[in-house]
Amino acid sequence: MRRLLFRFSPQFLDAGSGGESRTVLFNYRRIWLVSVLLLLAVSILPMGLLVIISSQLAREAIGSENRLRAVRLTSNTRRTISFFLEERLDALRFIARQESFRGLNSELQLAYLLRDLQMGFGGFVDLGLINADGLQVRYAGPFDLTGKNYGGQEWFRVCVEKGFFISDIFLGFRQIPHMIIALKVPKKDGSFYLLRATLDTRKIIRILSSLELSEGSDAFLCNREGLIQTPSKYYGNVLQRFELGLPGYSPRSRVIEARDRKGKPILIGYAYIKDSPYVLILVKRGEEIMKGWFSLRTKINWIFFLSIITVCVVVLGISTFMVNRVYENDQARLRAMERLEASSRLISIGRLAAGVAHEINNPLAIISENAGLMKDLFTLKKEYREDPQLMGLVDDVLESVERCGEITKQLLGFARHVEARVTPIRLEEVVAEVISFLKKEASYRKIEIQTDIPSDFPVVFLDRGKLQQILLNLVNNAFQAMDDGGRLQIKARERSDGRVEIEVRDTGCGISEEDQKKIFEPFFTTKGTKGGTGLGLSITYGLVQKLKGDIKVRSALGKGTTFTVVLPLKIERKEDEGPACG
Amino acid sequence: MKVLLVDDEKKFVSALAQRLSLRGIEADWVTDPTEALERVTPGKYEAAVLDVKMPGMDGIELRRRLAKIDPTMKFILVTGHGSDRDYDVGMKEVSYYIIKPFKIEDLVDKLRGLSGQ
Repeated sequence: MRRLLFRFSPQFLDAGSGGESRTVLFNYRRIWLVSVLLLLAVSILPMGLLVIISSQLAREAIGSENRLRAVRLTSNTRRTISFFLEERLDALRFIARQESFRGLNSELQLAYLLRDLQMGFGGFVDLGLINADGLQVRYAGPFDLTGKNYGGQEWFRVCVEKGFFISDIFLGFRQIPHMIIALKVPKKDGSFYLLRATLDTRKIIRILSSLELSEGSDAFLCNREGLIQTPSKYYGNVLQRFELGLPGYSPRSRVIEARDRKGKPILIGYAYIKDSPYVLILVKRGEEIMKGWFSLRTKINWIFFLSIITVCVVVLGISTFMVNRVYENDQARLRAMERLEASSRLISIGRLAAGVAHEINNPLAIISENAGLMKDLFTLKKEYREDPQLMGLVDDVLESVERCGEITKQLLGFARHVEARVTPIRLEEVVAEVISFLKKEASYRKIEIQTDIPSDFPVVFLDRGKLQQILLNLVNNAFQAMDDGGRLQIKARERSDGRVEIEVRDTGCGISEEDQKKIFEPFFTTKGTKGGTGLGLSITYGLVQKLKGDIKVRSALGKGTTFTVVLPLKIERKEDEGPACG
Repeated sequence: MKVLLVDDEKKFVSALAQRLSLRGIEADWVTDPTEALERVTPGKYEAAVLDVKMPGMDGIELRRRLAKIDPTMKFILVTGHGSDRDYDVGMKEVSYYIIKPFKIEDLVDKLRGLSGQ
């Protein structure tokens, strides 16, 4: 798992934290973090706001739609019930118009009328005629109520006062829920009589139960004292008090939000029915009301959730990719800068060295010629010729001059750009030649030499002498770095960029990291007193440069060193400089 | 054989002339290129040893002028400098190009070789 994480963790995460000495231009982690946070913020924030706003709107829309529907239903039901009651009263009015008091004042006629009402309207149980004193003078119906005096009763008083009366639903002595309606009818002589009818409540109950209510909803009537009048499914029995309390009076149908006894949200639609003691109550449960809303919200939440996941993945991917690209580019630029710096330093050192060599060569020539002349003159005179000390001194001077001359010539060789003589070269031949120079030493020191040059290695068009010298220098170097019994490998391969790569690897003492940077500089040597001018590798460097190539060193102390020379397949001769010297 | 040495370093050229004459080569020397032009007449010198870097006129230019005076003359260029241009031009036009400091024997061998041709 860790390995997997490591594989996918971008390079820049470790930049600057490890033991690398490579410079880090920016804090890539920070850039990455800022980019991720910024992108996430600008994509998720608006999306979240949109979701919140739109779900609020949807919720409000669904809520108000539900309220409207409840109001409509309440209002319609109120009208139906109102109409039902009005109709019954109108029936009584019709009878009063149709028949005179005299006509009504007959048991038989009343019974006929009751039968007609039952047939025509339904719901009528009995019919009575009551005089102005409250005495029921005539009665048609299943009970014997003739002669009953209602004079002292409240409803009688109200009816006389208002002209009509609609009662609460009550059980009465018959223990059957019923209601009465009464109508005051004026007589020609200025007095009045009342028509009183009993209605059973089944018709009203049927009106309420015929409403197509969803599960958990309820519709019933209360009276103005809050007693339930028609059966309720959830909120108490008939003639019990409505447990949630009667909403305040309103002349129109209204809907309020409330909570039931379990604390669940409900919607109560109610309407005070005009000219009656009834209040229509319609209760809808919250879950039912918001059912549509819940399913919509679930959908929105899912979409939002998936969007956030997608955005996160995309943002992380893009940020990582981009920052990694920036990091890689920066690193490539840094490497190029380092290379440029190193090679320009070498070039300027080379120029300096060549300049110094020039200046030294002239005085060296004077020393050489004058010392030579001295020697010549000594040679002519017998007394000096036979003085070994004098002759030795002069020889020492000449020998030292010669050594100086060698050094300055090598320095000049490092800097001089003599045009390359390009010939087709088979690399394995050159390698074999170079090895042949050192075969004796190798067998003497038990150094194993391995070469690995593929048989299809291309013929290169380079300066043979320079290539030879490069290889010789490197192999020599390797020999000097190794103790007896080491191993030298020379490998060559063709690279995909159309160049060739030659690797010279030894199992020698290695070069410390610090020294690796200076190894191509003139006069840099680790051999100390053991000899070596420190020019070998700088000359090699110069030669590789002349062949338009590149040389790199890789080394681990105590394990060995690998020099890699990358050369073009061919170098073009510069035409404007004419033919090579011969 | 008689040769002319031209070099602005007097200490160098005088010692060299003396050493050559000790080895049987008669050498005249001058430190000024213009003086060399005055000295040379057709057939007088078999060869000339010229320094490349001299004030006033460089060895390559001097060689051209001397060759006009005496087309049979051979030339050896000597220099402490090793710039590519000098080397290339020098090698194209002269028989030998020697970098200072050199062994007297080298020069003598080359001069003998030239006269033998």
